[in-house]
Amino acid sequence: MRKRKELPEKIYATTCGYLIIILTLSIVFFIAYKGVAIFNQNGVSISEFLSSSKWAPENAIENGGPKVGALIFYTGSIMVSLFAVILSTPLSVSVAIFMTEISPTLGNKVLRPAIELFVGIPSVVYGWIGLSLLVPFIRANLGGLGFSILSGGIVLTIMIMPTIVSIAVDSLKNQPIDYKEASLSLGATRWQTIRKILLPSAMPGILTGVVLGLARAFGEALAVQMVIGNRVSLPKSILDPAITLTSIITMDMGNTVQGSVWNNALWSMAFVLLLIFFGFILIIREISHYANRGE
Amino acid sequence: MKSIMRVNDLDLYYGSNHALKNISMDIESNKVTALIGPSGCGKSTFLRTLNRMNDLIGSVQITGTVLFEGQDIYKELDVIEFRKKIGMVFQRPNPFPMSIYENVAYGSRIHGVKNKRELDEIVEKSLVGAALFDEVKDRLKKSGISLSGGQQQRLCIARTLAVEPEIILMDEPTSALDPISTLKVEDLISKLKEKYTVVIVTHNMQQAGRISDSTAFFLNGEIIEKGSTEGIFYKPKDKRTEDYITGRFG
Repeated sequence: MRKRKELPEKIYATTCGYLIIILTLSIVFFIAYKGVAIFNQNGVSISEFLSSSKWAPENAIENGGPKVGALIFYTGSIMVSLFAVILSTPLSVSVAIFMTEISPTLGNKVLRPAIELFVGIPSVVYGWIGLSLLVPFIRANLGGLGFSILSGGIVLTIMIMPTIVSIAVDSLKNQPIDYKEASLSLGATRWQTIRKILLPSAMPGILTGVVLGLARAFGEALAVQMVIGNRVSLPKSILDPAITLTSIITMDMGNTVQGSVWNNALWSMAFVLLLIFFGFILIIREISHYANRGE
Repeated sequence: MKSIMRVNDLDLYYGSNHALKNISMDIESNKVTALIGPSGCGKSTFLRTLNRMNDLIGSVQITGTVLFEGQDIYKELDVIEFRKKIGMVFQRPNPFPMSIYENVAYGSRIHGVKNKRELDEIVEKSLVGAALFDEVKDRLKKSGISLSGGQQQRLCIARTLAVEPEIILMDEPTSALDPISTLKVEDLISKLKEKYTVVIVTHNMQQAGRISDSTAFFLNGEIIEKGSTEGIFYKPKDKRTEDYITGRFG
């Protein structure tokens, strides 16, 4: 009797579980199907797509036909994301150390809510603040248009900070107090203990946070698009405007016709983004695998 | 008898909980002093006041004095400098997640020893001192965590010896070990007192009887009785000590 009563719940939960799997696979297959169209339908070679910096998808046949090199876009994405991670990591790890080791009270009462608030701010607000404060500031003080890799990178630095901070905090908190006590009992200072014992043993967790931050930076479209300038050319310095994979997709997707070379090229970029994210997931798995092996 | 540490009228509160009440005792140098008593009697808390490990807990308040070689460790001595002289071995073996060599060298490195040959010497001497050298000399680069529990605990003792302390505090160092490893650690403790002063917290009365010279019996945050181990075990003056020793409670 009892078993029969549980049956509807079981069916519901199982259906939801399978639905998620089907949904995920469908999305992946759909993007992959659309993403390879440009190669097998429009005859663009993979090497041209990946290595050419010529972007003229609307070019008429008499002018040499459409050119769909994506180099500029993923260079822009990589530069702006790496810039953000390089700037954000030391900042975030320091904040995490402050919150866990130096002032846990202030950390729990002020910083943690503040960090949670950061996560809740919509990206359009970050973009808008960047647009109205950062872009003019850079234009006035460092030169150039203000719309630049630098602006995009700084906006992303702040946007990915909560991710890295909260994962680094969790990782630092999870370290057994035994290590800390042993180190202090040998006459180590608090800073020596943090640098030589706590940080190395928390490193896998911190790296996971950094990769997740990198993924977030890579995937962010709106805020970056608002401040990076969206110029389709390879930037020569961080003060030059640039464009990213995500921003070209959001800007152009409404202007293109389904099935055209232009539209297919955008799908291929979406596919590249998807593959990059798979790469990030693999890296995170590898890190946690490595960390578990060490124990 | 020369006492290396002298505790006078020590009271300790965790928030409003009065955990140690009016503790006074002398710790004699080159002897093994055992602190015994049932769980929660304050013996570990007391041990941790001797190297200021309780500082890590925010809500602790301490009154009274703890003198190390005549100086107040809470008022006159720099905690970092002073902790070098008081080693500590913990209940759970806690080698750092690094190689055997680096575990032992850690203390010397943080105190500024950089010379490779000097470090090699310190590591070897400390491992010999902890009766572990022969078992690990071929795999010093292996992780300290790869050792057995008993070896890990002796590695922790070696790590403590490397900074040349004067006192070694041990907080139930064998409670996580099997009988054979326990025996090895006990033998080691008996040897250590030639050069060091040992204060050991133990649950195990036979252990206290086997290795210690003097014993203090704790109950509910107070010292009920203290004196030579023989006296405590064979002629306890207090009824409660006798009850505990003979296994009527605890």
